[in-house]
Amino acid sequence: MVTGAADTAVGELPGSSCMGLHAEAASLALADAGLQASDIDGVLCAYSFTEPHLMLSSVFCEYFGVQPSYSAAIQAGGASGCIMMMQAAALVEAGMCRNVLVVAGDNRLSGLTRDKAVAALAEVGHPQFERPFGVTIPALYALVAQAYMREYGTTSEHLAAMAVASRTQAVRNPKAHMQKPIAVADVLASRFIAEPLRLLDCCLISDGGAALVVSAPDVARDSRTRRVTILGTGQKNTHEHLISAPSLVDFGCRDSAAQAFGRAGVTPADIDVAEIYDSFTITLLVELESIGFFQKGEAGPAALAGALDLGGRLPCNTHGGLMSYAHSGAAGGLFHVIEAVRQLRREAEARQVPEAALAFVHGDGGILSAHCSLVLGRD
Amino acid sequence: MDDALPTSLPVPNADTAPFWAGCGQGELRVQRCRTCGHAQFPPRAFCARCQASAPSWEAASRRGRVVSHTRVHRAPSPAFKAEIPYVVALVDLEEGPRMMVRLHGEAAAASEIGTQVEIRFEAPAGPHGIAMPYAVLASSGS
Repeated sequence: MVTGAADTAVGELPGSSCMGLHAEAASLALADAGLQASDIDGVLCAYSFTEPHLMLSSVFCEYFGVQPSYSAAIQAGGASGCIMMMQAAALVEAGMCRNVLVVAGDNRLSGLTRDKAVAALAEVGHPQFERPFGVTIPALYALVAQAYMREYGTTSEHLAAMAVASRTQAVRNPKAHMQKPIAVADVLASRFIAEPLRLLDCCLISDGGAALVVSAPDVARDSRTRRVTILGTGQKNTHEHLISAPSLVDFGCRDSAAQAFGRAGVTPADIDVAEIYDSFTITLLVELESIGFFQKGEAGPAALAGALDLGGRLPCNTHGGLMSYAHSGAAGGLFHVIEAVRQLRREAEARQVPEAALAFVHGDGGILSAHCSLVLGRD
Repeated sequence: MDDALPTSLPVPNADTAPFWAGCGQGELRVQRCRTCGHAQFPPRAFCARCQASAPSWEAASRRGRVVSHTRVHRAPSPAFKAEIPYVVALVDLEEGPRMMVRLHGEAAAASEIGTQVEIRFEAPAGPHGIAMPYAVLASSGS
């Protein structure tokens, strides 16, 4: 049961610190849940670029002033947020914890130069067999994009449609890092980062923090409108480095999502709103077509026709996603979870999907390497 | 992250030293499992298909096929800035394993999935004498 969900301001936050963002998000989520810090008996953190540490969860607990009976840090890149939620749900279900705080944040925009952020991210590549050839994360995803476009006829316009859909949603969200509307032509006119991916095919680098509280059912608040249940979770890892990926066009998101749908007893067609990891336009497109929301080659044309917008076939990334809301490391993946909770609570204001009752959230880490999926329901 | 490092060259370890030694001698080495026959790259101490230890080394044909490629315009670090734009490709070797290389010459100018290429090596460089592999269009008739 998700009892608390909150994020800090996002974007460029001068004067912020990694742990400060963690603590602020944690306080907001606890207040949202109506709980005190002393109610927390489990803490899950992820990782940080600006304040890296071997034991980030211990560092956070010390900083925040809590001594939970269980704490751990989970590092799975962009899948971390969903995996933290999966782990929190398992800890509660096993009776090991009553209230698990899931928290992440980083000031990777104001706390690092852009060059340093790009360099730190590029360390995901294999140290001997990828990085020495000069690949960035965008370049690794570009290799996926090139192969996928060749296989399924996806075009640059189809990729651009993903970025435009995200921005269209962000424009309705006053908190979003990026607010200026864009069109397909703007994406296609932006400079190449690694062909075929252009600047506007890529996610943002933002400061921000995010936290959720997962509680045992008897802790959850009485107010039924606020209750959100974790109905199903799934995970799949097929590789870490792109050179070892079993396929360039078929990824673990399919199995991860199938597991989550199966455990929840629902199908993709039942989902009212989807919050899907969108580090790049190609990431979102591949996941939409692998998870079963669209057939192969269909997501691009559908997005151009408005399928991902409010009122469309699958309202997606209603907060604006990593490309237009914010991307602050592991908090980036948690923003998707928080938005799903807000949609299910009907608190999403101008971007609310009417009658949203079932939400799907997906995170992917590495180069479509580690996948985790959640199905959330309004209780 | 160490900004002081002027080079981006690989540092061999126990798993990879025979591969890099091969590159220095103009030989592209892949591993083959002594138990199941699986050919693998990157090199490691175990077979990633059957987990048998100590795969053997063999010289590969150096011939392969481009399965994806990208022209990189944004360098990951200052070490690469002078070289942009450059073309990075994934190449499936005839023996099966996939590797990443830069494409040079015509292979880079008109990079395309399906192009037949052959692996060559740069001159050894750096403290470990690393000869980086790269790919060019396969010479006809070879």
